[in-house]
Amino acid sequence: MRPERWFSKLSFWLPLLLHRREVDQELDDEIRYHIEAKAEENIAKGMAPEEARRDAGIELGGAEQVKERVRSVRTGAWLETFLQDVRFGLHMLRKNPGFTVVAILTLALGIGANTAIFSVVNGVLLNPLPYPNPDRLVTVDASKPNFPRGSISYPNFLDWHRINHCFSFFAVSRPTGYLLTGVGSSEELGAAAISSDFFPMLGIKPVLGRSFTPEEDRIAATDVVAISTDLWHRKFGSSPNVIGKSISLDGRGYIIVDVFPGHFDLPMRYFGSVDIYSPLGEFRNSNIINRVAGLGIHGIARLRPGITVGQARSEMRRVTDYTARTYPDADKGLGATLTPLKESIVGRVRSFLLLLLGAVGVVLLIACVNIANLLLVRGNARRREVAIRSALGASTPRLARQMLTESVLVALIGGALGLGFAAAGTRAALASLPATLPRVDEVGIDARVLWFTVLVSILAGILFGLIPAFRVARGKTYEMLKEGSRAIAGSRHRTQHVLVTVQMALALVLLAGAGLLIRSLAQLWNVSPGFDPNGVVEFNLALPPEFSSASPEAIRTALRNFDAAMAAIPGVQAESLSWGAIPLYEEDDEYFWIEGEPRPASENQMHDMLDYIVGPDYLKAMHIPLIAGRFFSRVDNEHSKPVVVVDDVFAKKYFPNCDAVGRMIYQGDKTHTFPFEIVGVVGHVNQWGLDTDSENSLRAQVYFPFMQMPDNVMSLVPSNTEVIVRSSGNILGLIGSIRAASSRLSGDEAVTGFETLHQIVEASLAPRRFAMMLLGSFATLALVLAGIGLYGVIAYAVGQRTHEIGIRIALGAHPRDVFRMIVGQGFRTALTGVFIGTAAVLVLVRLVSSFTQLLYGVGASDPATLISVAIVLLGVALLACYIPARRAVRVDPMIVLRCE
Amino acid sequence: MSKPSDLVQGTLDMLLLKILALEPMNGFAVSQRLKRVSGDVLHVSDGSLYPALHKLKQEGWITAEWKTSENGRRAKYYSLTRLGRRQLEREAENWGRLSSAISRVVRLTEA
Repeated sequence: MRPERWFSKLSFWLPLLLHRREVDQELDDEIRYHIEAKAEENIAKGMAPEEARRDAGIELGGAEQVKERVRSVRTGAWLETFLQDVRFGLHMLRKNPGFTVVAILTLALGIGANTAIFSVVNGVLLNPLPYPNPDRLVTVDASKPNFPRGSISYPNFLDWHRINHCFSFFAVSRPTGYLLTGVGSSEELGAAAISSDFFPMLGIKPVLGRSFTPEEDRIAATDVVAISTDLWHRKFGSSPNVIGKSISLDGRGYIIVDVFPGHFDLPMRYFGSVDIYSPLGEFRNSNIINRVAGLGIHGIARLRPGITVGQARSEMRRVTDYTARTYPDADKGLGATLTPLKESIVGRVRSFLLLLLGAVGVVLLIACVNIANLLLVRGNARRREVAIRSALGASTPRLARQMLTESVLVALIGGALGLGFAAAGTRAALASLPATLPRVDEVGIDARVLWFTVLVSILAGILFGLIPAFRVARGKTYEMLKEGSRAIAGSRHRTQHVLVTVQMALALVLLAGAGLLIRSLAQLWNVSPGFDPNGVVEFNLALPPEFSSASPEAIRTALRNFDAAMAAIPGVQAESLSWGAIPLYEEDDEYFWIEGEPRPASENQMHDMLDYIVGPDYLKAMHIPLIAGRFFSRVDNEHSKPVVVVDDVFAKKYFPNCDAVGRMIYQGDKTHTFPFEIVGVVGHVNQWGLDTDSENSLRAQVYFPFMQMPDNVMSLVPSNTEVIVRSSGNILGLIGSIRAASSRLSGDEAVTGFETLHQIVEASLAPRRFAMMLLGSFATLALVLAGIGLYGVIAYAVGQRTHEIGIRIALGAHPRDVFRMIVGQGFRTALTGVFIGTAAVLVLVRLVSSFTQLLYGVGASDPATLISVAIVLLGVALLACYIPARRAVRVDPMIVLRCE
Repeated sequence: MSKPSDLVQGTLDMLLLKILALEPMNGFAVSQRLKRVSGDVLHVSDGSLYPALHKLKQEGWITAEWKTSENGRRAKYYSLTRLGRRQLEREAENWGRLSSAISRVVRLTEA
């Protein structure tokens, strides 16, 4: 039964599509026959011929309307009417170029901004990571009381890898660096030591050669490396003979066994993009077998099929419980932190990006309201056309549908233009930003972004087209045909004013957000980091390769020579080596106990502090204030008694009732105890962040003299240490002088990674600044759009009321009164909007925590900000009313009344 | 005079099918015949007639062809198809059941 029905429907529909004109003609003929037959009947009944025809026509109910109804009953009619609507819509848009251009441009801006932000959200948050089954990957860190994501020690890694049942792969990586010599100019290369699971886990196959084997995870088992394709092109001319070649890294020979593809870098801390991978076992420092050593080793693992993250966490708890039981001194209280990989990479920006998406959506909303108002105005001009079409047979829903189609059409065109803006603008904007966002390379226009643009355009079109379509649906034909109908005008004005009020409220919300961010940033700028970042440069020093295996004395001598060379540069006021923690840049911690305490049984029971291992001129270089006692001098070296300097937070915490100077602290393990005497107290520096430092639990700071570093740590220094230089001269010149002085000392010394402390401080503020700039631009855009909206409505009202104004003036009203009346109306609308907007702000900020995280030093409902923002908005509103009001004042009553 | 909009849509379809079951005729004739046969009680407004006829044609229950009428003019004549005949039987049966049920309820005396 069904196939037959379908067939008949098809055989009805297909010719319809193909022979539409003939079918229409047929229908026409059929109706005409009916009218004529009816007329004949009437004549037979005795009516006069004309009356007979008219009666027949009325009986039928209007030939056109009947035809319409027949057409609407046909299947596939929707397609036909849709195409008709589209054609008609395009025609109307061409006829009104002013409206069309304004609407398209406004929409292009609004939709374009939304597309741009969405393409970022898409690339950063939505797109899966470029690894096989990326949602099965988790980052693994060791958790200790002060460091939830701390480094895993090598012995613990071996045990965790052996014992666990939840991972199919578990790999670790330790960032490091090598000085490459003997191949063209020497170059300091970023590197990482990885375990053998690393490449297979991430699905990375070598371009040439082989990946590392599990045997190579063993300490000092091997001297092989893997190089990046970039390095391969750069230094080895992409030669296929590079496998098996020996290169000199840090003065030691290594054999290249692998060239790895360069497109998989993990944009996270500890896992940056590198040129060299070496096996974990390559690490030769004796410290590596220490179960409590923190050597910057962090892990990534792949969950076994069927295991959830929660189950893996429980399993790792079992593993760490085992190690805690077996090695209580080292591992008591140690846990494992598992975080889904994507979360690690993008988690910190997710809520912020979504906030931006919300803000830009609000801007689009305001733009749509403007266009809706424009359409309302135009609806008035089109009412006669609408009435005629209705009489010609268009049903009311049909008319409304047609208006909606026109709106959606204009929105789609605007959206297409906006897509173009977004494509061009996003790339440029992202390139100019500091590296605040991970995965920026994956931001682009793909299918999902295209669909988003289409969807948003259609929704926007429906949104602003709804109101005029609604009006058409409710309007009565005869009313529309009447000229100068004021009843409609009244309700239309009301709608317009309501819409503008909404616009003002939305604009206020965005302005308040931007204002609060600006104030936060201003507050943050005033927070002292504890040191003076101006005029200070920080860089990385790698001694010539032969020093990697040199004696500690030789290393110390070379470092002293370097110090002297730096100090000799004209303009340099102070220079210091630096190891361990660096404020706002890198953290490092160590354990200790203080005098008067019993010696703790294990590190877990000791206190924790941030350690800074620096030269004697560090205080002078950083301009950190000295509070008590003294700082280091050249006297404090490897031959003199071990001393430390602490900060005031440390002093207050551990020696609250007495002078810290002269007291002792101790470090050590089971077999050794190392005493240190406190010789001075200095001011605290901001380690964690200008805003977050005061909340962090680990704030006690201790300074050690660089030359008193234990020998086994000193042998790590030549490959990589930081240096700080303060100079009175200009920075670029300083960098040049430093490079020159370094190469004079020994050609193979590498000084790299120059950054000013000023840059470092600014980088810590960069995310907020980025947020402020974006939100600020959105708020400005919203303000401009809302201002234009208000202007449009008031100007239109004045145009409509010229008659009334003329009468008022003729009856003796002062121009000033007219002015005040017009401005007052607009001001009232704006004021209502401000009240609603302020209420909305007070409610919303409680809910949108991703925004409140960005605030600093200002409450979310800070009255000063809210009041200033309200004043700005009202000011713009007044400006918007000013021009139409002036025009109203100039109305000449004689002219107006004559046109009655 | 009961308007078609008071009847359930399907009832109008059934009436039209039945009229056309008697003999093929054009739209005007259908509405005249219906009025006459029902004693002037059932009166399809001409504005509803043609949409209904076209819908029936779409369903495949009636076909149409252009013929010359008695008064010499060309008109579109509808006739019932085999499918339409089956549909008519089905609808008539439903209608019978519905109407007798309604009658039973209406004739209930207070008990």
